[in-house]
Amino acid sequence: MNSFSRSVSNFDWLIILLYLALVSIGLINIYSASIEPDVVTGSFDLSNLYTKQLIWIILSLVIVVFILSLEAKFFERFASVIYITSLLSLLGLYVFGKNISGATSWYAFGSFSLQPSEFAKAATALALAKYLSDIQTNVKTLQHQLKAFLIIALPAIFIIPQPDPGSALVYAAFFFPLYREGLSGIYLIVGLTSVVLFVLTLAVGPMYVIAAILLVAVILLIRKRKKRTGKSLLYILPIVCIGFVFSVNYIFQNVFEQRHRDRFNVVLGKDVDTKSIGYNTYQSEIAIGNGGWLGRGFLKGTQTKGNFVPEQHTDYIFSTVGEEWGFAGSTLVIFLFVGLMMRIIYLAEKQKNQFSRIYGYSVAGILFIHFLVNIGMVTGIFPTVGIPLPFFSYGGSGLWGFTILLFIFVKLDGNRANEW
Amino acid sequence: MRKLLLITVVLISGLAFTGRLFYLQVLDNSSIRLSENNAIKRIYDYPQRGHIYDREGKLLVSNQPSYDVMVIPREVKAFDTIELCELLKMTKERLNERLNKARVYSPRLPSVVIPQLTKSEYAYLQEKMRKYEGFYIQKRSLRDYQIDYGANFLGYIAEVNNRDIKQNAYYESGDLIGRQGVEQQYEEVLRGVKGVKYVQKDRFNRDIGAYKNGTLDTLPQPGKDIKLTVDSELQKYGEELMVNKRGGVVAIDPSTGEILALIAAPNYDPALLVGRERSKNFTDLYLDSISKPLFDRVLQGEYPPGSPFKTLNALIALQEGVVDVNESFACHGGYYYGSRGRKLGCHHHASPLSMIPGIANSCNAYFANVYRRTIEKYPTPQEGIEVWNKHLASFGLGQYLGYDLPSGRPGYIPDSTYYNKAYQYPTYKWYSTATLSNSIGQGEVITTPMQLANVTAAIANRGWFYTPHILKDIEGKDTIPEQYRTKHHTSIEPKYFDPVVQGMFDVYNYGTASTLQIPGIEICGKTGTAENFTKIDGKRVQLTDHSIFVAFAPKDNPKIALAVFVENGYWGSRYAGKIASLMIEKYLKKEITRKDLEDWVLTHSLEDEYEKPLSGEPFKINY
Repeated sequence: MNSFSRSVSNFDWLIILLYLALVSIGLINIYSASIEPDVVTGSFDLSNLYTKQLIWIILSLVIVVFILSLEAKFFERFASVIYITSLLSLLGLYVFGKNISGATSWYAFGSFSLQPSEFAKAATALALAKYLSDIQTNVKTLQHQLKAFLIIALPAIFIIPQPDPGSALVYAAFFFPLYREGLSGIYLIVGLTSVVLFVLTLAVGPMYVIAAILLVAVILLIRKRKKRTGKSLLYILPIVCIGFVFSVNYIFQNVFEQRHRDRFNVVLGKDVDTKSIGYNTYQSEIAIGNGGWLGRGFLKGTQTKGNFVPEQHTDYIFSTVGEEWGFAGSTLVIFLFVGLMMRIIYLAEKQKNQFSRIYGYSVAGILFIHFLVNIGMVTGIFPTVGIPLPFFSYGGSGLWGFTILLFIFVKLDGNRANEW
Repeated sequence: MRKLLLITVVLISGLAFTGRLFYLQVLDNSSIRLSENNAIKRIYDYPQRGHIYDREGKLLVSNQPSYDVMVIPREVKAFDTIELCELLKMTKERLNERLNKARVYSPRLPSVVIPQLTKSEYAYLQEKMRKYEGFYIQKRSLRDYQIDYGANFLGYIAEVNNRDIKQNAYYESGDLIGRQGVEQQYEEVLRGVKGVKYVQKDRFNRDIGAYKNGTLDTLPQPGKDIKLTVDSELQKYGEELMVNKRGGVVAIDPSTGEILALIAAPNYDPALLVGRERSKNFTDLYLDSISKPLFDRVLQGEYPPGSPFKTLNALIALQEGVVDVNESFACHGGYYYGSRGRKLGCHHHASPLSMIPGIANSCNAYFANVYRRTIEKYPTPQEGIEVWNKHLASFGLGQYLGYDLPSGRPGYIPDSTYYNKAYQYPTYKWYSTATLSNSIGQGEVITTPMQLANVTAAIANRGWFYTPHILKDIEGKDTIPEQYRTKHHTSIEPKYFDPVVQGMFDVYNYGTASTLQIPGIEICGKTGTAENFTKIDGKRVQLTDHSIFVAFAPKDNPKIALAVFVENGYWGSRYAGKIASLMIEKYLKKEITRKDLEDWVLTHSLEDEYEKPLSGEPFKINY
């Protein structure tokens, strides 16, 4: 008996069912978003996107079986090798990469291509889990923090110039395992404060934000009048914040390119241009709004059928769900995603092995960032950042990347009973 | 604590997205409408426009099919060019030129190859077009006029403009709409309701099938036929009489308020505004700034009414009790008034005259006296003018009459406010004598021919009238609005009309129109000769007087009342009186016995008169 059949009963079938549900619903919507009504082709023609996606799905099931049949220890043992291989594959793009619609993010093999950045996420998660679970690593020391940051930052740094800043943004997800393992909450506070100040500065202008900072500082100073400690911090922090606000304003106006500024302005409602820069978001909102309570029905979405939403089978796939399946269908998808992430976090907490726990948190974090940014973009809450919706969006590399990411965790989790 | 962070943000974002979706999909309905604009296109099926008949049921306006050969360039397959050119009777070069133009316009949308084929050409082509893929024949409907007159009240059909589209959600660019006349007034009745087919489109605007399997599609409702009150024979005859003259004629059936004829001169053939030459013809009519054929003189022309207005002053004086029918006033070639001996001139006739011969002879002095008494009955001239104004308003003067045609003017009857302003009251005072031109229908008083015809109908009825209207019925049903079935009573008691009617009868017996009697018919009428002025190089110049005539017949139980205005027609009985007499005979007897009178009108032209102010040379008037 090999390890695969021994641990079949140990695999978390809830995760596997959620995975299958999301992949199937995704395929149905890719079918709807990509069929051309007036083009008659065979139902199993490789020129059809949904046929291609079906093949990717079948192949990813093969990958699933392969991963589950490996030794669980394999991933921990070979984490560094996998990570370095992944980094090399990212670097190799600068020599052998194929340029598809403006980004050199693919290796082409004949008629199909692979995107190494989709696999780098799993590799980085493994490397981070390996490093943090090392008995000598103490995440509370600055030196080890820097090393951990380096592990996370290297792939991101390689990805940004492809250019694919969206995929690089995903690496922010590793904050979650780091925090879980004891990273100081200061980072969280600093990070959140920066984001809030950034958005506020753009939304209401730097002067109001500075006035608000000063007001808060003065109130706190008056209340802390009697205490001697921590007073100096109350003088320094507002100055740092104000400096940040000014630099945000400067960077936004002088460093950002117009297209970046436009994306923020569209979301902040400053720019109501619906024809050019705001077109995607506008059409996507129309399509979703068109769904109503129960949706227009499968293949009946007028916006979907009319191809009004650009990239609807990839990054904007959720708008098809919104239009054809309505509020009922789209909240079901939200529910499935939230359920999957909760289950992963729950299982991660149950891991006795620190490596598995860190990896589980990384998986949940990565899925969360994708979920947050993608659906936020499609529903018009966040600016346009081109990253796919896991298991849903059309594309083989993405599907394979997420499948590998998820099923390594399923394997690690299934091995839980064999620990000690 | 550290375990909770990720779980918390996952839950919060899940809730936030659910809320956002609830807002977009359930609360905010705007995007549903937006998406329909986006993806659903409406294709219209236009119904036949209703026909228009005259009061006898004679067809005036129908529709004619017109056939366009269309092409959708993308769908064209290889074909025998020479054969098609022979079929379409066009050269190969011309055909290629049309096809190229269509391709440049849009490969997917239809373009016209040959517009407006006739029925026989269509019949010949119909069988053969099928084998040319990408070509087809589009049927359209245009107005087909059975008559070459009546353009002023029929109106015409034109493409909607942006203002129509904004005002009425029914219309879309390219739709046709009635303009002017009956076509505009009864647009909704005549046009019907277009049918609509919803077709789903992709973002390249290509058809991708019926929307919701056609459950929302509607069938067109055909336009309704309408019958007008117009007597087309009388209308035609009147327009013939008015050739080479300018002005307007209105004939009303006083017992019903039905408009029997509505003649604006000069007029034009309504068929000019249909089909291929429409645009060019319209421009020609529009740019004719001398005879202004598009200006509807009968509804929009405002003229001094002249002497027919005296009948109203007589009625008001009787109602106000300031004069007795038998009281006579002397006329010494006019009426002298004011401290400086100003004179309102009069023509030669017997003197003194009482009311009936006063009307028959149209004595200016008589009416100056009567008018002064009316105004001076009250302590101030302001009050007097107001009373006088109210009486006239009850005849529909100084206001829009409310007939069922879209154009018109209110005319003007002065009131005390007007004179107070004109004479700078109370700095300066003014007296009844300052308004004395009102007594003879000159000065500030202006009316349209339509208003004057209505006044005549009210006198013919001895004190009441129906608002004139041109609609007889819709599809044979009695569908006239209430407002045209309500009697309007004037403020003059019926008994006071008898002497005035007698005076108008005597106009024919021995008065100013004694030469225009019709054997066997008792006509009542009143001549009018109105001074008028124009501006040439900024100078006020008097032109030849307008010829005006109002009449009704028979004297008892009248069947027709009419008003005739002929611009610069010298004097009342010279043109207007003759035309009125001929039209009454035509309507009541259906034939003309006085051929010499008819010939005179048909052969006399006033074009020379209309040339005078344009010639740039000095000219004599009334000569």
